[in-house]
Amino acid sequence: MTEVSSSPAPSASPPASADADAGLRMELGPAQEAARAAFAAWASEHVAPHAGAWDRAAATPREAIGRLAATGWLGAVVPAAQGGAGMDWVTFGLLNEELGRGCSSIRSLLTVHSMASYAVLRFGSRAQKERWLPLLARGEAIGAFALSEPNVGSDASAVETVATKDGDGWVLDGRKKWTTYGQIADVFLLFAKAEGKPVAFLVERDAPGLTVEPLRGITGTRASMLAELRLEGCRVPAEARLGGVGFGLGIAVATLEVGRYSVACGTAGIIRACLDASLAYAGERVQYGVPIGQHQLVQRMLAGMAAGARAAHWLCLRAGWLRDAGDPAAAHETFVAKYFASTAATQAALDAVQIHGANGCSEDFPVERYLRDSRVMEIIEGSTQIQEIAIARGELAA
Amino acid sequence: MTYYHIREMTNDEIKARVREFVSRFFRGHDLQDNEDLFATGYVNSMFAMQLVQFVESDFGLAVESEDLELDNFRSLDAITALVQRKSGAAV
Repeated sequence: MTEVSSSPAPSASPPASADADAGLRMELGPAQEAARAAFAAWASEHVAPHAGAWDRAAATPREAIGRLAATGWLGAVVPAAQGGAGMDWVTFGLLNEELGRGCSSIRSLLTVHSMASYAVLRFGSRAQKERWLPLLARGEAIGAFALSEPNVGSDASAVETVATKDGDGWVLDGRKKWTTYGQIADVFLLFAKAEGKPVAFLVERDAPGLTVEPLRGITGTRASMLAELRLEGCRVPAEARLGGVGFGLGIAVATLEVGRYSVACGTAGIIRACLDASLAYAGERVQYGVPIGQHQLVQRMLAGMAAGARAAHWLCLRAGWLRDAGDPAAAHETFVAKYFASTAATQAALDAVQIHGANGCSEDFPVERYLRDSRVMEIIEGSTQIQEIAIARGELAA
Repeated sequence: MTYYHIREMTNDEIKARVREFVSRFFRGHDLQDNEDLFATGYVNSMFAMQLVQFVESDFGLAVESEDLELDNFRSLDAITALVQRKSGAAV
């Protein structure tokens, strides 16, 4: 045992240099800082206090989604000219981090909804943009991403759902699984194969032949209302096709990059939540006559969390900054950010539970939820192993 | 090559740039101008989108939804024609 240093913790943001020409400056712009503060305050009031109840209920209340929609943030990736918030990618990342700090489920809503919105914006026809972007931006329609299937996970090129041309439209047959917020989504960005070639569709919830079945008993992000979609002779009009036949996989990969960035930032928020909860607990919980934060082995875990939170935050911001700059390196750096954040979150959540002891194994404390949620983060938008392969190949090719 | 000069590029110059990029995926294969790239077996499902990104980044063009048809990317000739059509380049 030793005394805890009374020196203040180093700031997560280095001070601004007095000399504008001094070189590297790692700080947010004034508008981004103001946005971050607004996201943090909103998440602290409207998300974090309720996340445990949503998790136990395995559902996100409509009112909570309505409150999020009222902020306009569900239109984060949609330009202002088309009714959206028109955020830059750094600001979008900050939004994900703050929502993720409060609740990984509702952050997942932002993720999949933004993926669907981005796909329409990037690859949609004029008619598709005019119809869907205003609805998605206002949250009057919820979008979801339907790629995974019972037999298809990482190998997205192997989707078994079949699209068959039929007159002016298409008929879809197959199953989609693990569709986040599929229980309430109004439109699905859905991937199939037509004559062996990948193709994307925007499938409306009321399409004839589409059945949505809730998935329950999920380890983490329990309030994210996962669904399985059954497509049995599901008829969609020709206008539902997004991009041409043969471009489906490319659309999926480009859209997954947005999702991966969103998840990485949200996961950085989980690490901060672990750190915040652990610091508070370690300052209050007394064992052997002192707060447990004065025990060095607890300090080691707190130090790891603090370093992980900062590193994940800055890796995410770097990926977003490169994306804002249109730098092709953004894709690689997003893999790095997601890989680091998700693996660091797992360790942070394990340590947070450990610090909380028996209380950490109880739903009375949020850290057990962080642990369950962090496991999901190492699987979605590319498993840890897929990230490792992508990162290593990118580094070898550089 | 920078896309700022695309409007002054000739058909042959555009095609040469397209050939240079596409040939990276077809090492050891003598590509014909009208050869079906997707029928060769050299490329995977991602190749079509890589061609889209190439056209956008190298020529500074916005590939719209209505352009996302495989026929626009099926051969060196087709990609060259798409670039010309989108840019109004000299022939």
